[in-house]
Amino acid sequence: MNPFTYSHATAVDDAVRDKASHHDAAYIGGGTNLLDLMKENVERPTHLIGLNRLPLTKIQNDPEGGLRLGALATNADTAWHPEVEKRYPLLSQAILAGASPQLRNMATNGGNLMQRTRCYYFYDTATPCNKREPGSGCSAIGGYNRIHAILGTSQSCIATHPSDMCIALAALEAVVRVSGPNGERTIEFADFHRLPGNAPHIDNTLRPGELITGLDLPAKGFEKNYSYLKLRDRTSYAFALVSVAAALELEGNTIKDARIALGGVAHKPWRDTDVEDALKGQPATADTFRKAATQLLQGARGFGSNDFKVELAKRAIVRALKQATEMKQGPTEAFLNSNP
Amino acid sequence: MSQYTNYIGKPTNRVDGPAKVTGAAKYAAEFNVPNLAYGVVVSSPIAKGKIIKVYSKPVLKIPGVLAVFSHENVPNLAWFDRNYKDDVAPGGSPFRPLHDNEVKFSQQPIALVVADTFEVARYAASILEIEYEEEDHETDIELKRTEGFMPGRGKSGWMPPPPPRGKPDKEWKKAAHRIEHEYIHGAQHHNPMEMFATTTEYHPDGSITAYDKTQGVYNAQQYISKIFGLSKKQARVVTEYMGGGFGSGLRPQYQLFMSVMAALELKRSVRVTLTRQQMFSFGHRPYTLQYVKLGTNPDGTLAALQHHALHETSRFEEYTENVVNWSGMLYQCDNVKLGYQLAELDVYTPLDMRAPGAATGSIALEIAMDEMAFEAGLDPVDFRIRNYAETDQNMKKPFSSKRLRDCYHQGAAKFGWEKRNPRPRSMRDGNMLVGWGMAGGVWDATQKKSAAKATLTADGRLEVSSATSDIGTGTYTIMTQIAAQYLGLPIEAVTFKLGDTDLPEAPLEGGSWTAASVGTAVKNVCEEMGKKLLKQAQKMKGSPLKKAKFDDVEFVNGQIRLRLDPDQAVVIRDVLQASGKEKLEAETSATPNMLKQMQHSMHSHNAVFAEVKVDEDLGTVHVTRVVNAVAAGRILNLKTARSQVLGSIVWGISMALMEETIMDHKFGRYMNHNYAEYHIPVNADVRDLQVLFVEEEDEVVNPLGVKGIGEIGLLGVAAAIANAVFHATGKRVRTLPVMIDKLL
Ligand SMILES: Cc1cc2nc3c(=O)[nH]c(=O)nc-3n(C[C@H](O)[C@H](O)[C@H](O)COP(=O)(O)OP(=O)(O)OC[C@H]3O[C@@H](n4cnc5c(N)ncnc54)[C@H](O)[C@@H]3O)c2cc1C
Ligand code: SF4
Repeated sequence: MNPFTYSHATAVDDAVRDKASHHDAAYIGGGTNLLDLMKENVERPTHLIGLNRLPLTKIQNDPEGGLRLGALATNADTAWHPEVEKRYPLLSQAILAGASPQLRNMATNGGNLMQRTRCYYFYDTATPCNKREPGSGCSAIGGYNRIHAILGTSQSCIATHPSDMCIALAALEAVVRVSGPNGERTIEFADFHRLPGNAPHIDNTLRPGELITGLDLPAKGFEKNYSYLKLRDRTSYAFALVSVAAALELEGNTIKDARIALGGVAHKPWRDTDVEDALKGQPATADTFRKAATQLLQGARGFGSNDFKVELAKRAIVRALKQATEMKQGPTEAFLNSNP
Repeated sequence: MSQYTNYIGKPTNRVDGPAKVTGAAKYAAEFNVPNLAYGVVVSSPIAKGKIIKVYSKPVLKIPGVLAVFSHENVPNLAWFDRNYKDDVAPGGSPFRPLHDNEVKFSQQPIALVVADTFEVARYAASILEIEYEEEDHETDIELKRTEGFMPGRGKSGWMPPPPPRGKPDKEWKKAAHRIEHEYIHGAQHHNPMEMFATTTEYHPDGSITAYDKTQGVYNAQQYISKIFGLSKKQARVVTEYMGGGFGSGLRPQYQLFMSVMAALELKRSVRVTLTRQQMFSFGHRPYTLQYVKLGTNPDGTLAALQHHALHETSRFEEYTENVVNWSGMLYQCDNVKLGYQLAELDVYTPLDMRAPGAATGSIALEIAMDEMAFEAGLDPVDFRIRNYAETDQNMKKPFSSKRLRDCYHQGAAKFGWEKRNPRPRSMRDGNMLVGWGMAGGVWDATQKKSAAKATLTADGRLEVSSATSDIGTGTYTIMTQIAAQYLGLPIEAVTFKLGDTDLPEAPLEGGSWTAASVGTAVKNVCEEMGKKLLKQAQKMKGSPLKKAKFDDVEFVNGQIRLRLDPDQAVVIRDVLQASGKEKLEAETSATPNMLKQMQHSMHSHNAVFAEVKVDEDLGTVHVTRVVNAVAAGRILNLKTARSQVLGSIVWGISMALMEETIMDHKFGRYMNHNYAEYHIPVNADVRDLQVLFVEEEDEVVNPLGVKGIGEIGLLGVAAAIANAVFHATGKRVRTLPVMIDKLL
């Protein structure tokens, strides 16, 4: 591991200033991703700024009727928070579908947004990777790409963003609050992560030195009809091959509002608002769901080992929407959501 | 009065449990000897080529760095291949770490950086620049299908397949029902929880003690003493505890070489620990292609059986395992052809992994048997019983004991097999398809020469020792039970020591032979001790045992007493006190009774029943229930034995549904080399598991009648699950593991 210095920040301004005054500094939350990246020599910051003493661990109601999640609240505290469980159960479910209890106890909300891809090649410095070393090439294209993207890919990179939490946040249209050298600003969740294009080394639209301070959840939580469905190679403690955050607002059997976000399929949580809009006014039937699934996956393509994801994603969307409509736990759901 | 010292067979808690949970148990990387230096291994990024240069200079300038070892400066060591051969080295030329500038496989250890602290060593290793010249590599066995060859040299324990019998081709063509299919399973890495490590303590007189992670301290000792020219006295090897082995510790791994080499060169104690990624840099269960042809007669008996296997080996050694031989003995069939070939690839030599060969072969054979039963319209259990082998047709010998039929019956009864609707896709639970499948297996019962020593002290405590290992299997516990029972002492008064070359020699811990081999030695040494005790007891004033012969007495409840008149007894502790001796000692060994054993085929057997639930839309499979019925001779400890079989079932679930090391052939490199992406079951994947031991008496295998249970439990599990998936879905998956994409 590279030698590095370490400091604790106790105020947001100090953290931002500290970051700006170092060349290769990194913020560190729970460290569950950053430490691995450092051990594997993928990232080599020379200065770490510990965030856990920042006063950003609270989860509280905001004046507009929404909920504000502190960036330093842990994934576990967020998932089990009574307000989150009651008003945003989709988010709870998504967080609890991720990682393991130990990891969720350490992982912070800010860190979860910032976690990097799990692409095998990205983690192995013996292989070329544009995300790790711009211009070196993408080993996953033409390589082993079972866990890779099928939507929004580029010739430079086909990595996915691995988060579960972020898929629910995308569906719920959260807003990311950040603080940087030029002050505070907010970023719509849909604009936070980016597609790889020809700059896959840039994961998101955070500007240099900016710190995530919190997440705002809008008042609407879809707490009546929702489902987070995660498909993976074992029942728990594995990243999603495909995941779906589905949220519906129903009037009788008619869809009034719908949100569908996909995980495991793209460099960012994948949404298509046209498809969601088209669902409005439709009956909540398998037929409707299938149409939506087909539309959502239009333009999807596999790269060999991940070809199956196109079909899997379609079926997962249909199932998630069905589960969101019916809101009852059958034996399948018990298996698929057995994580906590 | 009950004979409370009869411990054999009882479900006994692990005697090493408290040490393990309190952290008192020390593993190889935990011996904090004074003035320790740390070595970090640098691994090759390429699969084949030459090392042009190791740029050590900048790294050596880093404060705290002591040395950079590579082929450029490795000391002069033993020259001949034979010095690098360990007890289970396959034929060929063993890999020599840091030997020359050749790169033979990806992640090959290229250099060792040693520093005062681990952190500095790791940092220095991470920036050590090495220049390579890459050459074309071949790592894909699919491209070597036609280049297989029959191994000429093999390794200890390997048997070439028996010659064909009957008319396997002709009879297959004539058969009433026939199947022929290919079965594939990828590579797997052992991945025990504890990473490989060696702490070599350097003593002022130039001798060393290596705290190593190994399944055989004697094997490791002879390896380093031959390579480094040390006498056995100068090279002590210790492995008190092991965080899992599964076969990965059978051969000395390269961190042992590195650590000893650096310690001798620097005249300082050195520890080398591998990373999780480097745990994928040595032996593995080989990628194997298998082809099975079966045919049945109208009455459901097997008309012909053919089983061929082709698996990978390295360019430098011919790794062999018994993949197909089992197929010639598990079922009665007069027309059999078995074939076995290797293909050379630019990989490290594969390595025995729990039930090597059999675990692989049984997948193909037992899925094929299921296909055959289905084709012939027979129930899979009934089909197997119709083809029950009463003798071992490979060896043309009777079985020393075989209660496989009872495994089928008892397992089926426990599982509720009679309620199975034979039609695929016929059973459901809500929107999930339910499938029931079964399979079985066979494994060797072997005994090897072992020695043991016993010391009984005046305070009534017994210490028994033998240089075997406990790789987590429960060796400490069962040996303590055996010793306590044979000398009639309370288990608390008995200590068993192992894993140290200062102790009497024992074989490698493998092949499920430890209980039989070391167990018999422990029994023998306790009987030796018993004889000595009796002699002392007879010297006591007014001893009621004066005229007794050894066979007339028994050792029970802390006493020596007459079998026929148990009231005539002396207390063992009193005997010692009366003798005036501080301690009594005995040392002896146990060898198999070859005369008896040569006339028999000695094997353990099992039958496995599995239930899966499949969500057909989404391709997910969950194993909801497994019954594993095992006939493995006498069970020494129901608790640890059950744990062994439970662990086997979990591994079987793993092989069936998720476990595989994936290679990117472009780089000739395993890519999922970490615990996040190399998937093994988590708790949520493990549901209702039931273990059933079928009682089996065997007087041939060894005096204790034990066959060992370390491996047998794994057999049949993966096939039973794959068969259950077929029963649930009607889809036959012949390339394991059965992952989501294969069922969509
Ligand atoms: C074995 C394993 C399995 C996992 N499985 C899953 C899974 O199934 N699903 C899933 O969703 N996740 C999974 N995770 C990932 C886990 O959720 C993330 O590692 C975690 O959320 C990261 O949070 P952290 O606080 O530990 O981040 P850190 O490791 O501390 O930081 C990660 C990155 O974020 C930056 N950062 C941290 N906080 C801030 C901030 N406030 N502002 C700006 N930048 C910041 C850091 O500089 C760093 O670059 C898994 C992780 C592991 C190791
Ligand atoms: S997919 Fe992206 S992260 Fe993976 S190798 Fe290609 S460039 Fe690197």
